[in-house]
Amino acid sequence: MPASPEPDLVVAETRAILADHSAREGPLLPVLHAVQARFGHLPRAALPVIAEALALSRAEVHGVASFYHDFREAPAGCQVVKLCRAEACQAVGARELAEHAQARLGIGWGETTPDGSVTLEPVFCLGLCACGPAALVDGDVVGRLTPEGFDRLVAS
Amino acid sequence: MRLYLSQDAAAKALGAEATAAAIRAAAPGVDLVRTGARGMVWLEPLLEVEAPEGRLAFGPVTAAEVPDLFAEGVPGASHPRCLGPTEALPWMKRQTRLTFARCGVIDPLDLAAYEAHGGLAGLRRALGMTPEAICAEVTESGLRGRGGAGFPTGIKWNTVRQTHADRKYIVCNADEGDSGTFADRMLMEGDPFCLIEGMAIAGRAVGADRGFVYLRSEYPDAIRVMQVAVDRARAAGLLGPSLLGSGQAFEIEIRVGAGAYVCGEETSLLNSLEGKRPVVRAKPPLPALQGLFGRPTVVNNVISLASVPVILAGGATFYAGFGLGRSRGTVPLQIAGNVKFGGLFEAAFGLSLFEIIDDIGGGTASGRPVKAVQVGGPLGAYFPRDLFDTPFGYEEFAGQEGLIGHAGIVVFDDTVDMLAQARFAMEFCAVESCGKCTPCRIGSVRGVEVVDRIARGEPGQIALLRDLCETMKFGSLCALGGFTPYPVLSALTHFPEDFDRARRAA
Ligand SMILES: Cc1cc2nc3c(=O)[nH]c(=O)nc-3n(C[C@H](O)[C@H](O)[C@H](O)COP(=O)(O)O)c2cc1C
Ligand code: SF4
Repeated sequence: MPASPEPDLVVAETRAILADHSAREGPLLPVLHAVQARFGHLPRAALPVIAEALALSRAEVHGVASFYHDFREAPAGCQVVKLCRAEACQAVGARELAEHAQARLGIGWGETTPDGSVTLEPVFCLGLCACGPAALVDGDVVGRLTPEGFDRLVAS
Repeated sequence: MRLYLSQDAAAKALGAEATAAAIRAAAPGVDLVRTGARGMVWLEPLLEVEAPEGRLAFGPVTAAEVPDLFAEGVPGASHPRCLGPTEALPWMKRQTRLTFARCGVIDPLDLAAYEAHGGLAGLRRALGMTPEAICAEVTESGLRGRGGAGFPTGIKWNTVRQTHADRKYIVCNADEGDSGTFADRMLMEGDPFCLIEGMAIAGRAVGADRGFVYLRSEYPDAIRVMQVAVDRARAAGLLGPSLLGSGQAFEIEIRVGAGAYVCGEETSLLNSLEGKRPVVRAKPPLPALQGLFGRPTVVNNVISLASVPVILAGGATFYAGFGLGRSRGTVPLQIAGNVKFGGLFEAAFGLSLFEIIDDIGGGTASGRPVKAVQVGGPLGAYFPRDLFDTPFGYEEFAGQEGLIGHAGIVVFDDTVDMLAQARFAMEFCAVESCGKCTPCRIGSVRGVEVVDRIARGEPGQIALLRDLCETMKFGSLCALGGFTPYPVLSALTHFPEDFDRARRAA
């Protein structure tokens, strides 16, 4: 698993990101996305910097970030697999696929394998509802995913 | 020789990128145009070959099949795998493609192709009209919000137009959170300029010079396409200080969501855009009066906005000529789940579920009998076969304790356990609740527990579940808590045997 970045680096880069977004109306969400894109998660040291720049309290920034499923407090594994759990995929075996995936990796939703190789996350709909079960693997779409297909995905 | 292959996420999910690479290797000289999707997901990756009789369809074409398919050069009409001209396929021929006319046909980012296929005609006409006349035209077309609530779009616009403010906004709701829906995604990936044009017309109609597209993070492909499309539109003068040289200014910014279903609710979405915790706001004030940053704001679904260019180009009467009752125009039906021929089918309102599921969808993919369909996403009711004669329309579905929502239709075969589906509806509400109302936040957690007790055969729990649903219906601020009872109660009412299993086994 990647190590947490140095706080000084986080502060400096978060300031740079804030500067890039200073002309935007309502910049908080894009800033959070940019910080997570940079570090793979929202490092704790970034929050007070964001709060100060946007004239918010730390609690407010935390309250916003923690509301969303996308933001993580710790780095994810090398591969992030999001499996769709919504109804259209349920209709074609998503529940069974999810059980298989959890058993095969030995982890639950939102967890990372002990070796840091795979993070498994639920997602509610990828808009691939006529070719489920669907998954998003490091940002790439996968349709009609079978248990065997899943094993190949995480083995590669 | 020109070939066409979709780059839509569904095509990619089924291997279109590998197919494209294989085609380039097998036929290096050909011009391979990457398009959006036609909507026939079961045929993806769908390859089309230009021919005098129209584009010829071949599909699905996997990368492994490409060498054989191209063994004697680019395949033509006489090839055994040719399905005939795409437009002549029954699935395509039966549609009325108004909003999706260009989707799957052109390179989505080719502005010249967009114009050559009828794009910008609506905006050009709108730029010559008064804002009042544009609002009137949209009202007369009968267009109602395609995001779910079905509010007349022209009336919403007119309210914003008549409200005075230093700044107004057009917000496009591209959060498309409902399972079984992908029309917004397909439109944004396949014809992004159409949405931009619709937003620009909305801006002109209400006096707004700024727009946001709130696009869910689960759609990385749509985000990429929309971002490039906005940049190209700006470079071509279709956005910016003077739209097509008219003096009318309009700018669009793409904003990415962060994985919260409730952010599709318009006031939660506005809070999200503002950088606030995205809890739902009480109405009034309506967003049309006090929306984004307190300014008058049009919030419309992608399909509502993308239907406006064809309404302006063809006229209100033309659009209103399609449909049924108070549901005018066309609707992109999204046929999904366990279905043989799944995809997007744009048709005038009024088809019955029988026609949609059995006829167009071809029944289940598993070949087993259809047991239930859920229409309108996670807050929509489950319909049993006895209600399949319900015509597709806002009032018609409301009359059956259901809703059409964003027109997603999810098919389940007879292996589905409706108690598990009811449980999921409650669980989903508990996970996604914004937390503002107790019946939604706590009621849904209780709902999961009660369904579990029903599963164990404990007596008296079904009445409790019905009571809980009543409380959620009437004590919730928005439709997340208020409509979760629809899937739960419809499952209970139409499939009581699935809630009685433990008791009968005992
Ligand atoms: C929980 C919830 C989720 C919603 N999600 C969406 C959505 O993803 N997309 C959408 O267009 N409307 C969604 N809506 C409806 C919006 O609140 C709003 O009615 C719509 O964006 C208005 O646009 P329209 O009139 O063009 O449909 C949702 C509503 C609720 C209560
Ligand atoms: S019903 Fe639920 S999601 Fe809607 S406002 Fe109330 S708590 Fe929030």
